Amino acid sequence: MPGLEDLYREIILDHYRSPRNRGELPVPPARKVEGFNPLCGDEVVLYVDVDADTGTVRDLKIAGQGCSISQASTSMMSAAVKGRTIDEARRLIRAFKALMSIHESKLEGESDGSDLAADLEGVRLGDLEALQGVVKFPVRIKCATLGWNTLQQALDEAENATG
Amino acid sequence: MTAEPTTSAHLDVERIKKDFPILRREVAGKRLVYLDSASSSQKPESVLDAMEHCYRHYYANIHRGVYTIAEESTSAFEAARARVAKFVHAPSTRELVFVRNATEAINLVAYSWGRANLREGDVVVLSHMEHHANVVPWHMLAAERGIELRWIPMTPDYQLDLSGLDALLDGASLLAVSAMSNVLGTINDIRFLADAAHARDALVLVDACQYVPHAATDVQAWDADFVAFSAHKLLGPSGIGALWARETLLDAMPPFLGGGEMIRDVRLDGFTTNDLPWKFEAGTAAIAEAIGFGAAIDYLERLGMDAVREHEMRLTRYMLDALRERFPDTLTVYGPLDISVRGGAVSFLFDGIHAHDVSQVLDGDGVCVRAGHHCAKPLMRQLGVPATTRASTYVYNDEDDVDMLVESLARAERFFLG
Repeated sequence: MPGLEDLYREIILDHYRSPRNRGELPVPPARKVEGFNPLCGDEVVLYVDVDADTGTVRDLKIAGQGCSISQASTSMMSAAVKGRTIDEARRLIRAFKALMSIHESKLEGESDGSDLAADLEGVRLGDLEALQGVVKFPVRIKCATLGWNTLQQALDEAENATG
Repeated sequence: MTAEPTTSAHLDVERIKKDFPILRREVAGKRLVYLDSASSSQKPESVLDAMEHCYRHYYANIHRGVYTIAEESTSAFEAARARVAKFVHAPSTRELVFVRNATEAINLVAYSWGRANLREGDVVVLSHMEHHANVVPWHMLAAERGIELRWIPMTPDYQLDLSGLDALLDGASLLAVSAMSNVLGTINDIRFLADAAHARDALVLVDACQYVPHAATDVQAWDADFVAFSAHKLLGPSGIGALWARETLLDAMPPFLGGGEMIRDVRLDGFTTNDLPWKFEAGTAAIAEAIGFGAAIDYLERLGMDAVREHEMRLTRYMLDALRERFPDTLTVYGPLDISVRGGAVSFLFDGIHAHDVSQVLDGDGVCVRAGHHCAKPLMRQLGVPATTRASTYVYNDEDDVDMLVESLARAERFFLG
């Protein structure tokens, strides 16, 4: 059975103890989106400021409380996504979910191994690789993806707003 | 084969553990220390045997066939109902409705009694410590009918603050309250609350899901009007529970679900309902589950509910003392410290470690606890925390299990707090 060290890598604990980008942003122009993990009470509140002209995530702040995995993953996400274009952010979301062994296509029933390679290609996950151990603890995958799903929702809302 | 009823005050847990095959299981090379009975309980051999015996020897649909095994099945099913009714001192089996679980029981009351009796502006009184099963159905009714919900608050020592009870009950139609909190362990004085409600012409619904498995229950002594509980929390199978309710109320209520079994006659232009309790039991029943329910009751009767309660009080005292002595500065323990007013569900939180992470470490030691909001989000908000870790004991737990919990928590403390 996998041990705690597989799940709680040092960098994860670092992000949990000193989470990056904590705080709030004025709404508007930023967008506030909340995500909940119904299983255990994790809560992520994202403030996302999208620059419509340049199509970038200009600023991003995190509030909320939850377990070390959800908070560390969201903190690491914020550092990875801030300043990126929306397309880059979406590719990162897909790549991270691939890391968590979730494919959008698999969920729709058409999956083959090449999806994983396609999702990860060209995306350097860097520190996020530390969260790979989460897949050995399937119950915690929802903790790790909570912030990312919340970000996806924020980007979808921003896109729908601008039409 | 009958076991002698125990008259001694102490449970022989070492012997009891042997009755539960799952406790032989190991996780990560460690013995299973199951401390999540508030969520669901494990099942003894006698319950498993009874259900299997049903399927192997006499299973048939009930109340329908004229053949021998149909008669045996019906007889066993109704005998189980009688034993459940007796277990809670119900005056009649007509008042003991089998449902899927306590949640369904409360929904039945909301749908059937609520919709027939509550209008816009009518008041239902709840409390801050309720489980979602006794919150959401009333929210749904509020959205649909415009009823008003009021909430009994809590005192700093985690009991109901009854100082404003009279005002809350003013004009109320129903008081719906937990007999024992699944998060705090708090035992509420149902008789006192029922008297207060009845004095104001309000009915009383009791969520007895945690209470019935852990203490001798007497619905008549409570003077309650509706009582909901589940089999799976009292050593029985999942998929069956009970609603006890006064016959006069059930008679007046329209049926809940429609279909077979709950009818007397069906024609092209309408239907008439069956007698109680079957009026509220539409469709084919959970037959083997009812048999299992009866067998679980038998097991608990053999132990004696006074002995069950005494054991729990001792073990809870042991756990509370151990947690507070071992982690005086880092751990907050919720719920009353007076064990005479609390049951065995103990929620706690490390300062700086999320409940979910604590639960993960404990899993590595084979210790099963629950982390989360325990289906009581309003209560979590009152406590000001997103989640807690909860350890809950039952008849198959002993001091060794609590010691294992404490050691494992110490490991979690070292891992996260250094």
